[in-house]
Amino acid sequence: MSVATVNDPMVPQPYLVRQVTKETPDTFTLTLEPEGRADGNHFQPGQFSMLWVFGAGELPISISGDPSKDGRLTYTVRSVGEATHALVSRTAGDAIGVRGPFGKGWPIGAARGRDVVVVAGGIGLAPLRPVIYEVLRNRQHYGRLVVLYGARSPRELLYRKELAVWARQPDTQVLVTVDYGGLGWHGHVGVVTTLFKYARLQGARSVAMVCGPEIMMRFVTRELEAHGLARHDIYLSMERNMKCAVGFCGHCQYGPHFICRDGPVFGYEEMRPLLEKYEL
Amino acid sequence: METLERIIADHPFFSGLESYYTNLLVGCATNVRFPADTYIFKEGQEANEFYLIRTGKVALEVFRPQRQPVMVSTLAEGDILGWSWLIPPYQRKFYAHALEDTRAIALDGKCLRTKCEQNHDLGYELLKRFSQIMAQHLEGTLFQVLDVYGGK
Repeated sequence: MSVATVNDPMVPQPYLVRQVTKETPDTFTLTLEPEGRADGNHFQPGQFSMLWVFGAGELPISISGDPSKDGRLTYTVRSVGEATHALVSRTAGDAIGVRGPFGKGWPIGAARGRDVVVVAGGIGLAPLRPVIYEVLRNRQHYGRLVVLYGARSPRELLYRKELAVWARQPDTQVLVTVDYGGLGWHGHVGVVTTLFKYARLQGARSVAMVCGPEIMMRFVTRELEAHGLARHDIYLSMERNMKCAVGFCGHCQYGPHFICRDGPVFGYEEMRPLLEKYEL
Repeated sequence: METLERIIADHPFFSGLESYYTNLLVGCATNVRFPADTYIFKEGQEANEFYLIRTGKVALEVFRPQRQPVMVSTLAEGDILGWSWLIPPYQRKFYAHALEDTRAIALDGKCLRTKCEQNHDLGYELLKRFSQIMAQHLEGTLFQVLDVYGGK
């Protein structure tokens, strides 16, 4: 008979909700702390956890906080169904079970000495925010930081205050667009790919990290290649229905890969044949 | 002082265009300026010009009766505004709203159409460039209508 231990990746650890911040009408950021213990909570930007909402279910959610801040885990969650609604309805002091962190993150090390191009769509900015924190904290180790971010409308933009702060950092360009603007919006309007012409990219010295809906990533990778980025310098975060998070159950199988174990971050070269496969 | 010829030659839209053709274009070009919050053109108007935007920001808006207009695209430095001058019946399809003080070069569409009829090589150079802009807009619109961030 096997016995579960605290290090067992299948056993959720108890965490308490410390803070819930409303980002948009349906998206919230939750900050969690381990209950009654001082875990390091080390994670790689791009990794995810399985969050267990007691009585509602378990969800794979990317970590969206600062990797240098030990002791707390931060997640940005869009309420789209019963379980996510239950998760974002938690309040300070509520308990949540956490497994992880899991998966392969963004190539932060390989990007050292290069320009870093972050391209995000919608809630896809959440798994990329730790990359931005990491680059800004170690500014001298990276070239330019270019953040291209698209959302559906101005009210659906995440982290608006932080976007403004990042835009003021040296050697950093932040361009934000929305698919549809209203009269009060004076920023860009158009899909995220329309930002590339303003981005002054130097393809040969850049590494790109892309996260958003798969269709958006297909459009973006074409644009990155057109701007001189090599396929092996483009990375994507993929999403499928993850259950066990350790490559046992097969729910998140994508071609020959398990997204939870082999990803969620993959090189574009590896993903390209699969992205173009009909109905995969 | 920058000459019109220099400004046109340096604009990304005319990148690689031979100086012979740039000289032909200059005859149809004028410097224009639109203050913030003014309309450059409105839907249904005759399309007599297109613009090379030098500075500023312009929104393309679609008017909806009894509702606020929808902003479907913005254009900024280096962009081209308007291609209805090229396609009959030469009528504007959108409202172009200067969101900021905007400086541009206006190219007279009637003048250009006449020159293109007389010089098909110039016409081909312009069509090559405009078809690229149209293809980009078409792809952007396709991406936009997919509403990829919306689906609950």
